[in-house]
Amino acid sequence: MAISGLVLVGYLVAHMYGNLKVFAGQEAFDEYAHHLRELGEPMLPYEGALWLIRIVLLAAIGVHIFSAVTLWRRSRAATGGKGSQRYASSKAPRGSQRSYASFTMRWGGVVIILFVIYHLMHFTWNTIAPGGASDSPYERVVNGFEIWWVVLSYTIALLAVGFHLRHGVWAALASLGANTSQRRRRNLNILATLVALVIMVGFLLPPFGIFFGLVG
Amino acid sequence: MSVTPEHVDNSGSFYVDGDPIADAKAPDVPLSQTWDQRRFDAKLVNPANRRKRSVIIVGTGLAGGAAAATLGEAGYHVKNFCYQDSPRRAHSIAAQGGINAAKNYRNDGDSIHRLFYDTVKGGDYRSRESNVYRLAQTSVEIIDQCVAQGVPFAREYGGLLDNRSFGGVQVSRTFYARGQTGQQLLLGAYQALERQIAAGTVEMYTRHEMLDVIIVDGRARGIVVRDMVSGEIETHMADAVVLGTGGYGNVFFLSTNAMGCNVTASWRAHRKGAYFGNPCYTQIHPTCIPVSGDHQSKLTLMSESLRNDGRIWVPKDGDDKRDPRQIPEDERDYYLERRYPAFGNLVPRDVASRAAKQVCDEGRGVGPGGFGVYLDFADAIKRLGRKAVEAKYGNLFDMYAQITGENPYEVPMRIYPAVHYTMGGLWVDYDLQSSIPGLFVIGEANFSDHGANRLGASALMQGLADGYFVLPPMISNYLADAPFEAADENHPEAVAVSQQVQERVSTLLSINGSRTVDSFHRELGHIMWEYCGMERTKEGLTKAIGLIRELREEFWRDVKVTGVNEELNQTLEKAGRVADFIELGELMCIDALHREESCGGHFRAEHQTEDGEALRDDENFAYVAAWEFGGDGGQPILHKEDLVYTEIEMKQRSYK
Amino acid sequence: MNITLRVWRQQNADTPGAMQTYQVADVSPDMSFLEMLDVLNEQLTLAGDDPIAFDSDCREGICGMCGLVINGLAHGPNELVTTCQLHMRSFSDGDVIDVEPWRAQPFSVIKDLVVDRSSFDRIIQAGGFISAPTGTAPDAHAAPVPKADADAAFDAATCIGCGACVAACPNGSASLFVAAKITHLGLLPQGQPERDSRALDMLAQHDEEGFGGCTQIGECTAACPKGIQLDLISRMQRDVLGALSHRR
Repeated sequence: MAISGLVLVGYLVAHMYGNLKVFAGQEAFDEYAHHLRELGEPMLPYEGALWLIRIVLLAAIGVHIFSAVTLWRRSRAATGGKGSQRYASSKAPRGSQRSYASFTMRWGGVVIILFVIYHLMHFTWNTIAPGGASDSPYERVVNGFEIWWVVLSYTIALLAVGFHLRHGVWAALASLGANTSQRRRRNLNILATLVALVIMVGFLLPPFGIFFGLVG
Repeated sequence: MSVTPEHVDNSGSFYVDGDPIADAKAPDVPLSQTWDQRRFDAKLVNPANRRKRSVIIVGTGLAGGAAAATLGEAGYHVKNFCYQDSPRRAHSIAAQGGINAAKNYRNDGDSIHRLFYDTVKGGDYRSRESNVYRLAQTSVEIIDQCVAQGVPFAREYGGLLDNRSFGGVQVSRTFYARGQTGQQLLLGAYQALERQIAAGTVEMYTRHEMLDVIIVDGRARGIVVRDMVSGEIETHMADAVVLGTGGYGNVFFLSTNAMGCNVTASWRAHRKGAYFGNPCYTQIHPTCIPVSGDHQSKLTLMSESLRNDGRIWVPKDGDDKRDPRQIPEDERDYYLERRYPAFGNLVPRDVASRAAKQVCDEGRGVGPGGFGVYLDFADAIKRLGRKAVEAKYGNLFDMYAQITGENPYEVPMRIYPAVHYTMGGLWVDYDLQSSIPGLFVIGEANFSDHGANRLGASALMQGLADGYFVLPPMISNYLADAPFEAADENHPEAVAVSQQVQERVSTLLSINGSRTVDSFHRELGHIMWEYCGMERTKEGLTKAIGLIRELREEFWRDVKVTGVNEELNQTLEKAGRVADFIELGELMCIDALHREESCGGHFRAEHQTEDGEALRDDENFAYVAAWEFGGDGGQPILHKEDLVYTEIEMKQRSYK
Repeated sequence: MNITLRVWRQQNADTPGAMQTYQVADVSPDMSFLEMLDVLNEQLTLAGDDPIAFDSDCREGICGMCGLVINGLAHGPNELVTTCQLHMRSFSDGDVIDVEPWRAQPFSVIKDLVVDRSSFDRIIQAGGFISAPTGTAPDAHAAPVPKADADAAFDAATCIGCGACVAACPNGSASLFVAAKITHLGLLPQGQPERDSRALDMLAQHDEEGFGGCTQIGECTAACPKGIQLDLISRMQRDVLGALSHRR
C-alpha cells in the first residue's frame, strides 16, 4: 500500500510538472507531450519509455487497489462491517483526534479511480472531447478547460486527491517506519499536508488559468 | 510497662488446644547450608517421566505464574487456573515499590545474612529462621532471572541496575521499575508462562474459579472449579495441587487488594484439613487515599516515600472545620512529631497507622466521615520549591488529584491507613507443603516468611522466590513418589466434592433473601476494621466474633443472589467469596484474641509499653499459630509451632 | 447528580443485545464511574433484576481488566486513564451517558459489557517473550543496557493489555498492542536473538485472530491509558521489514 502509493505520488509530481508547461505556451506544451513519446530513443522504441512508465503505473495502481481492498475487507471483518460507526453512541462521530482526511481514504480513492478513467478518456484515448477535438494536446486542454463543468469535475477530483494525499503520504511514510518520535509524527503530518497542497494547487492552476483566460 | 504481659488463656471457649507441630523438612545443618542440603536430599524425577506427572496450579501471580512457567519448562504437565480473563491481570501487577535482593551491587555492606536479619527483625521475630534465610539466598537469583526475561528495571547512566533504599533499611538493595515494579515482574512471569502455553506444557484455564480441593487417600489430587462463563462445574485431577491464590485483605471489604481477590481457595483447603497459620497478622499501610463515601469500592495506596517530606497533622480542636490553610500553626497538632520526636513522621507503618486511627477516634479526623489526617507539603514546597517537590512526587500528586479532585500543591493531602497485605495464610513446612500431603502453597497465600509484619519490597521477592526457585525442586521431590493411587474425575471422592460444590451453588441461588452480597461484605468489613484492625482488644474481638456469627447466620438466610448458574454471574461469584470471608473473619478474631501480646501488625491494646509501643511476649507467644478446621459449628484446633532462633537474638524495637 | 445511562445489555454471545436506559439518582462526584455502576447494580439486584456485568479488578488503572466505551470513546472522555480511574466529577447533572463494550470481531461479547480478550494472550504466545528458562540466567550485570534504551523499553512495557487501542481503532486493529511488546523486547540486548521471529510471528497471529490492519489514524494512542505512542507501530514495521530482508 505504502510503496505503491509513494510511486503514484512520484508520478503525480512529474505529471504536475508537465501540466504546468501549459503556461509556457502551445509549442512548449506540445513539444513536451511529443517528447514523452520519444523519450529514450533510440535505445527504446517510440513510446517505449512511456509504456514502461505506464506499466509501472498500472502495476502500482493494481497493487494499491488490491492492498486497499484487502485492508478494507480486513477492517470490515474486524468491525462487523461498520468501522468507526460500530458503536451505538453518536456522541463521538469523529473519534478523539482523527483528521477529516482519514475518513476520505476509501471512498475518496474510488472517486479518484473513476476520475482517472474519465481523465484518460478525455486526454489520452480521446474518446470524449468536451470543447472540441484537436491533434494538439495543448488545444485539447485549452478547449476542455474553457467549459465550467469540466473545470468543476477536475476540481472535485483534485480535492479528493488532496485529502487522499494528506492522510496517505503520512500513513505511507509511517508504515514504512519513518515515524520515530512524537515530534517526527508532527513533522511527517506537516510534510503530508504540504505535499497534498502543492499537488492539489499545482494541478488546479492550469484549469483555472485557462478558465479565467490567463492561458491561450 | 503499663500492663504486665501474662499468658492467661481466657479465650478458651472459642478454640481447643491441639498437639504441637514442627517443620520436619529443613535438615539439621547450619542455617547457611540448609537449602543446599535440602536440595541435595530431594528426590529427582527423570525428564522422561515428568510429562507423566501432572500439577494443578491455582493463581497466575508472581508465585503461581512463575511456578507454572518453571514446571512447564521442566517438562511436567501443568494445568493453571485464574479467575481473571488473562493470567497477566493477577494482583501482583499492582505492587509499586520494588523488590529486594542481596546483590550488594552498591558495595554498602549488604549480604544474604543482612537481608535475612532485616527480614526476621522486620517480622518482629515471628517468622521461621530457615525459610527466611532461604528467601534471602534466593533473592540474588531472582534479579538475574528477571533481567534475562527482559524486565526493564531502572538503570543508571552506565547501563547498570539502579538500587534504592526502601522501608527504613540502611542499605540500597531494592531493584525497581519506576513505580510499576510489580507490573514488570508479573509481565516477565506471564510471558514465560505464555511461552509454555504455546509449547503445550501448560494448559491455561482463565475465568475459572477454584471452589474446592479433592483429597484422595490423604493426598491432594484435584480441584473443583466453576467455569465463570458457562457456569459448568468442572473436576480437574493431578498428582499435586499448588495454591498461589494471594492474600485475604478483602475480608475488610475495603483494602488495596483487587476487587476479585478472595480467600476461597485457601479457605476451602483449610476446611479440608490444611492448617491456617497466623490469620490475624495483617499489614496496614498508613498512606492511602481516604474513603470518600459509602460508595467506595476499594482503596488506593500511595508510596510511603511521601512521609519523607510531608508533615502529618490534625486540628487540635475536633470542631475546627476551617479550610486547613486557614488553621494557624499553633492550632495544629503534628501528633507524630510530638509523640515520636526522634523519628517524627517516619515512624514505622504500624505506629503511623495506629496514631492516625487514635486521633480520628478522638474526633479530630478530617475529610468525609472524619476518617483522614492531613499530609501537608506546604513546608516542603517553601523549603525545596514547588519544582523539586514536583520532580520527587509529581506522579503521586497527580494520582491523588485524579482520585480526589483536589490539588495537593495547594491543599494538604488527606490520608488514612488501609489494609494491603496479609502475612498469615495456609501453614506450610520448609518444602512449602501444607498439612495436606500434595497440597503446596506459595506466595502471599502461605503464612510465609514475613512473620508478624512484612518489610517493604519483600512481597515480590517472596512470590518469585517461591514460584521460580523453591517450589520446583520441592514439588519434584514429592512427585518422585508418584504414581499415586489412580484417580480420575469419576473417583467417588471427586464426584462427592463436585456434588457438594453444586449444592452450595444451588443453595446460594435459592435463598432469594432481601440483602445484597455487597451489603454483607461491607458489614463484615466494618466489623473486622473496627475490632480486628489496627488495634485490637479482648472486648472488641469477643464482640466481633458474636457479630460475625450473627452475620453468617443472616447471610445464609437472607442473601439475594440473582440470575442462574449457567451464565456469567458476578453476583454468584461474589456470594461464594463473601461466605468464605465471613468464616475466615471469625477465625482471624479468634487468633487475634488468643494471641495475648502485640507483635508486628497485630496490636493488642492490653499489651503495650508506656509509650504505646507493641509489647511482645516471647516467652509465651514465640510460636506460629496453625489452626485446624474444627468442623461447622465446632471449635478450631490450635497447633503451635515453636519458633527457635539460633542465629538471631530477639530484641524489642523502639522508635522514640 | 442525577444521571441517565444508556447501557448495552446482552445476555450472552449468542443472543442479540440492545441499549437500555437506566436512571441513577444521587450520584456523588467523588464516585468512580465503576462505583456508580456498582450503585446501580445494587439497586437492580434489590429490584430482582439482573445486574449489569462488567469487568474490573484492581481499580487503580494497572491490571487492564476494565474497559468501557463511554459516549463513543474507549475509557471515556479523559486522557491517560482507564475506566476505573474515571470519576463522576467529569460529568454533569442530567447527563445522558452511553456505555458500551469494546467492539471488535476478535473481542466477542460474553455478557453485557464483558468481552473475550483471549486473542491478546495468543498473540503473546506467538512470540511476545524472551526465552530464558528458569535458572539459566547469567548475572544481572552481565549485559549493561544504555539507560535511554532501558527507559524506552519501560515506556513500551507499560502497556496493560486492556484492548482500548482495538476498541478505538476504526479498523479494529491491535497494532499498538503488538508494537508495544515488540518494542519493549526489541530494545533490550536480551531480546535480540528472537527479534525477527518475534515481529513476524506476533503480527501473523494478530492477523489470524481477525484484527484489522493499521492505517495510521492514531485513535489507538489517543485512547491508550498508558500513553503508548504511535511511533512504536512504525518501529514494528521497521522490525518486520528488517526481518523479511533477513529471510532467505
